[in-house]
Amino acid sequence: MSYELLCIIWFILLNVLLIGYAILDGFDLGVGFLHPFVAKDDTERRLVMNSIGPLWDGNEVWLVTFGGALFAMFPEAYASIFSTFYLPFVLLLFALIFRAVSLEFRSKRTSPAWRTFWDILFFVGSTLAALLFGVAVGALMQGVAISERGDFLGSMLDLVSGFSLAVGLFTVALLAMHGSIYLYMKTEGVLQQRLFGWMKGTWYVYVFFFMVVTIWSTMFVPASLQHFRDNPVLWVVPLINVLAIANIMRAIKQERPFYAFISSCLVIAALVILFSANLFPNLVPAVNNAAYNITIFNGASSRLTLTIGLIIVAIGMPLVLSYTSLIYWTFRGKVTLGPDSY
Amino acid sequence: MDTVVLLSRLQFAFTIMFHYIFPPLTIGLGVILAYLETRYYLTRKPVFTAACQFWMKIFVLNFGIGVASGIVMEFQFGTNWATYSRFVGDVFGSALAAEGIFAFFLESGFLAVVAFGRQRVSRGFYLFSVYMVALGSIFSSVWIVVANSWQQTPAGHHVVDIMRDNGSGMAPWVIDGVVQRRAEIVNFLDLVFNPSTVQRLSHVLLGCFAVGAFFVLSVSAYFVLKNKHREFARHSINGALVLALLSSLGLALNGHTQAQNVYRYQPAKLASFEAHFDTGRADLNLIGWPNEKEERIDFDISIPGGLSFMVFDDLSFSKPVVGLDRFKPEDRPPLLLSYLSWRVMVGIGGLMIIASVLGLYYNWRRTLSDKRWLLWCFVFGIGLVMASNQAGWVGAEVGRQPWIVHPPVVWNDDGSDLVVGANGLYEYEEREGLRTVNAVSPAVNSQEAATSLILFTFLYLSLAAVWIFVLDRKIRQGPEEIEVTEDETEHGFQDASSERQHARLSQS
Repeated sequence: MSYELLCIIWFILLNVLLIGYAILDGFDLGVGFLHPFVAKDDTERRLVMNSIGPLWDGNEVWLVTFGGALFAMFPEAYASIFSTFYLPFVLLLFALIFRAVSLEFRSKRTSPAWRTFWDILFFVGSTLAALLFGVAVGALMQGVAISERGDFLGSMLDLVSGFSLAVGLFTVALLAMHGSIYLYMKTEGVLQQRLFGWMKGTWYVYVFFFMVVTIWSTMFVPASLQHFRDNPVLWVVPLINVLAIANIMRAIKQERPFYAFISSCLVIAALVILFSANLFPNLVPAVNNAAYNITIFNGASSRLTLTIGLIIVAIGMPLVLSYTSLIYWTFRGKVTLGPDSY
Repeated sequence: MDTVVLLSRLQFAFTIMFHYIFPPLTIGLGVILAYLETRYYLTRKPVFTAACQFWMKIFVLNFGIGVASGIVMEFQFGTNWATYSRFVGDVFGSALAAEGIFAFFLESGFLAVVAFGRQRVSRGFYLFSVYMVALGSIFSSVWIVVANSWQQTPAGHHVVDIMRDNGSGMAPWVIDGVVQRRAEIVNFLDLVFNPSTVQRLSHVLLGCFAVGAFFVLSVSAYFVLKNKHREFARHSINGALVLALLSSLGLALNGHTQAQNVYRYQPAKLASFEAHFDTGRADLNLIGWPNEKEERIDFDISIPGGLSFMVFDDLSFSKPVVGLDRFKPEDRPPLLLSYLSWRVMVGIGGLMIIASVLGLYYNWRRTLSDKRWLLWCFVFGIGLVMASNQAGWVGAEVGRQPWIVHPPVVWNDDGSDLVVGANGLYEYEEREGLRTVNAVSPAVNSQEAATSLILFTFLYLSLAAVWIFVLDRKIRQGPEEIEVTEDETEHGFQDASSERQHARLSQS
């Protein structure tokens, strides 16, 4: 197998991990965003939190593994991206910590002040995480100024532009929609009925931001269309994306939430692929000098490491998929509160 | 630049020390839970249900914070140590990715069943899940210790020039006259089983088991002192004392051979642990304070030739041990911190053995509940055991300085001394290692590093306070009320033909 092919395989595998993370933890973050709005009393709040209770931790592992794989297979990109987004990523870590500990701590006391405090932190953590992921994606699409060695030359404010903020809000809207569909599947009664409106509402907001971001990126991020001109077959991806978006509303109206959820997963997968197709073959586009671009070829590890990584994936991935399906199967059906719940 | 190094080091030290409160607790408690659940599975005695439920709640709480503070570590390699990440990514990254795929998915998946699924799965599958969580947490310690051990005693790799296409073909990549290099894997198994992995992993795991055992002892001793949950406490103390003694003795034995291993691969580290300045017959210092300026130990009380004996198992107490005088001042680890952390670890380790022997003796005589002083020692002892774990890591990491990736050392043919230059000083092969000062992210400035350090300090101190508050309440509540509801479940189990269905009914 040629070295270039190995690099491309790993680029695809990273996409798989990122899609896995975005779909799975995506609904967790969406649920966190919706939490204060859709749940009106303590029981409902607990139902909302417990809908992701057994799952969020495993979902977050997709991010950890994505990070580990990026570090191992594309260390140049890992080092540059993580040090470029220094403060945003520190905030992202805080957001993920807030989310985790508010789930753990909230149920440990019954006082309303205690619970409200963790409710707020749960909302803030989830929303901030979604927003920051989006901002990072937007800023990467635009490219950053880096030195020959790949070290960021700008300041934090360079990362925050109208476009990256728009992608951030777009991500929040996307995950809110995704989360509301998930919650709709997991709940029943009054709470579920209330979610029906939220599914529709977040869909409209999402479509609005989708159009904004699409127009903005085609007009002001010139590289984004390049690959579509070179490889017209790529147009399938946005086509699937648009069809899936339309199908979400159709399925919602037919009250078939599972179809809506599958469509929403497809939307997320298509968006991640669009993001990657837009970057390819770069991992970090250098706006100041194209020769400094960190690509999947010049930023990759050695052939042996890429191969060892493939062996690890070949052994590990079937195991991971089997645990994941097992856990989702065990906790299938409507969420109920039991003695072990949060 | 130097400020960023200092701030990044402080931040890494602080965040890893906070994180390392939790993994030993979960690994140690995981093994204890696996034991308790097995006993419960086989006997169905209510006392085991109560114990499982009680420790499980605490386990899950710790696990959550461990996961959350663990992600921080993975991110920090990139955020603060970009140059390091580029140098080691090919090698170190693989271990980290393997950790994610093999360990984290395993533990997080089955933790869901363990924490939330008791009513949803069969008893057998529940027990299996507990085993998997315990195994997963042990696996994750394997990979992270592999990665760290490679930094201490690198193997299975070579350091190569990074090749770039400069227009006329591939050539070494030179920026500002400096050839860019990185470590690349040559042999994955040699990397995994580098010279210190097995020693250090055993030591880490034994340390975790000790934390688990002393944590259970602490809580149980508190119950005995308060005259609550006597039956529960009695059972817990029996098991925990045995585990405490076994792990403490194991730590001492394994620690001894590990120190010999440190001498072989990182002689400057061992010399700093012992404040051993002059190469030659070495004394084993018991009490003292290292005086770096005058290269001696003040208030010195030592066993003559003791260190020679410890390093070589040399009964003549006279073999020469390489001291700090073989190393240039800039190649020596920070002395005081190495010296103190080593002593804290070993000292507390000794106390752990004494406490568990005394506990077992009085427990055998059935007079342990009258020995209130010893029980109080157990209640607060867990703090010392954790401090000992932390001190061990401080010693390991500070003793590796000034290197972030330690270069190999070359011994003469009979291994009695390092191969030194004409000036009598050892010359490290600079390109085989990486100095900590050269490892940080050039993109990060001191304001950013200071901001994040302040934020982490504030966040983690608040988290620690809330954690202790919640944990304290959980422990004070005790296992009692769980015992009552579980009693009902027990009847449910016994009366029912279809166990699970009826157990669920009797609870609702």
